[in-house]
Amino acid sequence: MVGFIVRRLLATIPVLLIVAVLVFLMLRLTPGDPAAILAGDAANAEQIAAIRASLGLDRSLPVQFAIWLGQLLQGELGQSYFYKMPVTQLIGQRLEPTFALATLTIVFAVVVSIPLGVVAAWRFGGWFDRTLMGFSVLGFSVPVFVLAYMLIWLVSLQLGWFPVQGYRRLADGFVPFLHHLVLPALTLSVIYIALIARVTRASVLEALGEDYIRTARAKGLPELRVLIRHALANAAVPIATVIGIGIAILIGGVVVTESVYAIPGLGRLTVDAVLARDFPTIQGVILFFSFIYVLVNLLIDLSYVFLDPRIRY
Amino acid sequence: MVWRNWSVRIGGATLALLLLVALAAPWLGTVDPTLFDAASRDLKPGADGEIMALDGEVTKHTFLMGSDSFGRDIYSRVLYGTRVSLVVGLASALLAVFFGVLCGLAAGYIRWLDGPLMRVMDGIMAIPAILIAIAVVALWRASLPTVIVAIAIPEIPRVTRLVRSLVLSIREEPYVEAAVALGTPTRKIMFGHILPNTIAPLLVQATYICAFSILLEAILSFLGVGLPPDIPTWGNIMAEGRVQFVAYPHNVFFPGLFLAVTVLAVNILGDGLRDTLDPKMAKRV
Repeated sequence: MVGFIVRRLLATIPVLLIVAVLVFLMLRLTPGDPAAILAGDAANAEQIAAIRASLGLDRSLPVQFAIWLGQLLQGELGQSYFYKMPVTQLIGQRLEPTFALATLTIVFAVVVSIPLGVVAAWRFGGWFDRTLMGFSVLGFSVPVFVLAYMLIWLVSLQLGWFPVQGYRRLADGFVPFLHHLVLPALTLSVIYIALIARVTRASVLEALGEDYIRTARAKGLPELRVLIRHALANAAVPIATVIGIGIAILIGGVVVTESVYAIPGLGRLTVDAVLARDFPTIQGVILFFSFIYVLVNLLIDLSYVFLDPRIRY
Repeated sequence: MVWRNWSVRIGGATLALLLLVALAAPWLGTVDPTLFDAASRDLKPGADGEIMALDGEVTKHTFLMGSDSFGRDIYSRVLYGTRVSLVVGLASALLAVFFGVLCGLAAGYIRWLDGPLMRVMDGIMAIPAILIAIAVVALWRASLPTVIVAIAIPEIPRVTRLVRSLVLSIREEPYVEAAVALGTPTRKIMFGHILPNTIAPLLVQATYICAFSILLEAILSFLGVGLPPDIPTWGNIMAEGRVQFVAYPHNVFFPGLFLAVTVLAVNILGDGLRDTLDPKMAKRV
């Protein structure tokens, strides 16, 4: 068990290292001299050269990478060209809205999609199953920003239930915080619900074909207990896996959703950084998001041990 | 046998219709999508107005889908936008499949390459697709080829993984063993014996990549980091329309509808192809 955790932790190192190499190369392939951009328009050649030397840009590429990686391991992501502050500080400032939005979306998606998937598998081939599968294809196909505007139009403009845009910090009170977050989370959760419901249905369906389900039914267990304790419990691993893989979709969705709903989070920061060609920030955000993605999937891999007692590492 | 499937029929027919619209856009009652007229700003769908050609000649025009804040015809812009979406979807899918097949064949057949190549692919897959696309576009300034490349890159690992796993199982087949025993050159085995047997699952995968590419192009344009705003793409039309969304929702709704229907059609086609061509995969999902 401990051996497995250690091996799994070690296995993430090459992945993160390759992500770091890719992101590093990305910045170095940038047309334009970072030192000149940082120095500003008024700087002379000597000042630019000084900045270049201080950034280590006058050394060879592998040496630059080693220095950069060393700084990265100390949590140093460099200085933003546009915001004129450390990228780590910038990410810290924008973390709350994104974290809140993502958490609410995941909770909402899991609570809705798993029961839907279980019922669809239980009534396999019936009207509920077919309707749900139809909606899931639709959920994959309707772009998140189109959905966002449809919901804004219906729920905010016509019904007036939620604000059209904006964000309130948790410190400003829980109710306004939630009130501003419900619609974005609802928008973002649709594709996630489609994904999880589909996999839940497929894996519960597979579990329902097993002998122990027949046994459970034969000994007269209530159907709900058969579905949850026997079928769903045995389908937990693929469901957990897809929740982890879905984080990538969620991150993509965050970028779009924050832009539509004017939420000052990391997604919005990504777009603003690209528009301002602020490469250290772009780099920092990509590294941060990838790190989170790898971390979540690592945790999910480790959770298999608890989800399925048959798995012994 | 593929045509017996209703998903293939519906998805394929819708796509054929969209392709026709894209090709015949100039003859479907459209005007030049870049033309604008100050007198025809912010018209509601179906309103009559006028449009000024580049030579200053003013003609009457019915704005079927309304006009935007510059007085451009949304209907014309949406119809011409179909071209961009279909080209990007198709080109990105082809590009991703091409490089994915090369990498997948290499990883599956040349054993010493497998480890390093797949680690690089794992690294690319750990970065969310949209971030790779945004970063690539930010680096090389957006144009049609850069957007296509930017969208294709994050899809390459997925194709590579699929092809690699197919190669690993196909190379154990007796006919490959026979070819090896007869001294057939590796290259001929890879392209002549193994590749043809990966086509059905690849076609299914390519369809899904196509759908995702169309979606991603629209997202990039919508965020303002995709194709330049003077090119009429569905994402661009929506990005311009979003400012006035509360007063004039039609600027966002019509391109959004076309986008959703197109992606849906490609996905339905993909599901149909999967069910008929790749029964093993159909069982898994």
